[in-house]
Amino acid sequence: MTSEFNTAETLDVKGESCPMPVVKTKSAIDDLDAGEVLEVLATDPGSMSDIDGWAAGTEGVELLGQKEGDDVYRHYVRRTE
Amino acid sequence: MSTDTPDSSADELPSRAELAARVEELEQSLAEVSPEDDTKKMSIIATKGTLDMAYPPLILASTAAAFGYEVTVFHTFWGLEILHEEHSKNLKLSSVGNPNMPVPNVVGALPGMDRVTTKMMERRIDDNDTATIEELVETSLEMGVEFQACQMTIDLLEYDEDEFYDGVTTGVGAATALQDMADADIQLLV
Repeated sequence: MTSEFNTAETLDVKGESCPMPVVKTKSAIDDLDAGEVLEVLATDPGSMSDIDGWAAGTEGVELLGQKEGDDVYRHYVRRTE
Repeated sequence: MSTDTPDSSADELPSRAELAARVEELEQSLAEVSPEDDTKKMSIIATKGTLDMAYPPLILASTAAAFGYEVTVFHTFWGLEILHEEHSKNLKLSSVGNPNMPVPNVVGALPGMDRVTTKMMERRIDDNDTATIEELVETSLEMGVEFQACQMTIDLLEYDEDEFYDGVTTGVGAATALQDMADADIQLLV
């Protein structure tokens, strides 16, 4: 499942709620190199909208995709610069 | 572009050259007034110290920091409790004055009821894995949020600088807050 985006790191924020999924995603993406992809695993349904909005409003990141299934929301974010 | 033009007389329209000159002129004056740094800024004034009211400024501050905003939160009056390391872990919820509370005001006013409602809220926070106030303060600090403790309130409540979280800015007043608000893209009073 992760191979599709060739993820460099996985961030597990399952069980955590707003604002932690976004805040921790930002911290994790800062540790990546440009071009690398971060996979975020969350159980907060709000993370679908929040990570989408965060990625759209933040310089240097790109949301590649989001998946909903088996009670876990998966987000794929690439650091672009 | 072949968009429909409004019904104005073509004779009155400025020429291309005139428009280009005007655009250049405007761009120049814009460059003069805009700061070179295009980092977005948010300024929050936090005035409340109850458990429920401590959350919004911290959630917004940490989220804005995640967006790359430069964030300052100026804590004044009871908002200062959020920065007080010990008090921030024991913020209370008032059982009166909030019609959404499951107890009528007349019951909520009984001795010990604030403790009951606070415990109830703390349990919910725990059950839902909602971040604690301490967690949010520390996360925000790590992300570069500047927490400012109003000097006048520090003196008024007779606090010592050592009682605040490490990294909190002290020795600031309303003029600092006003300056931050004037420079900010978003200003909030909570």
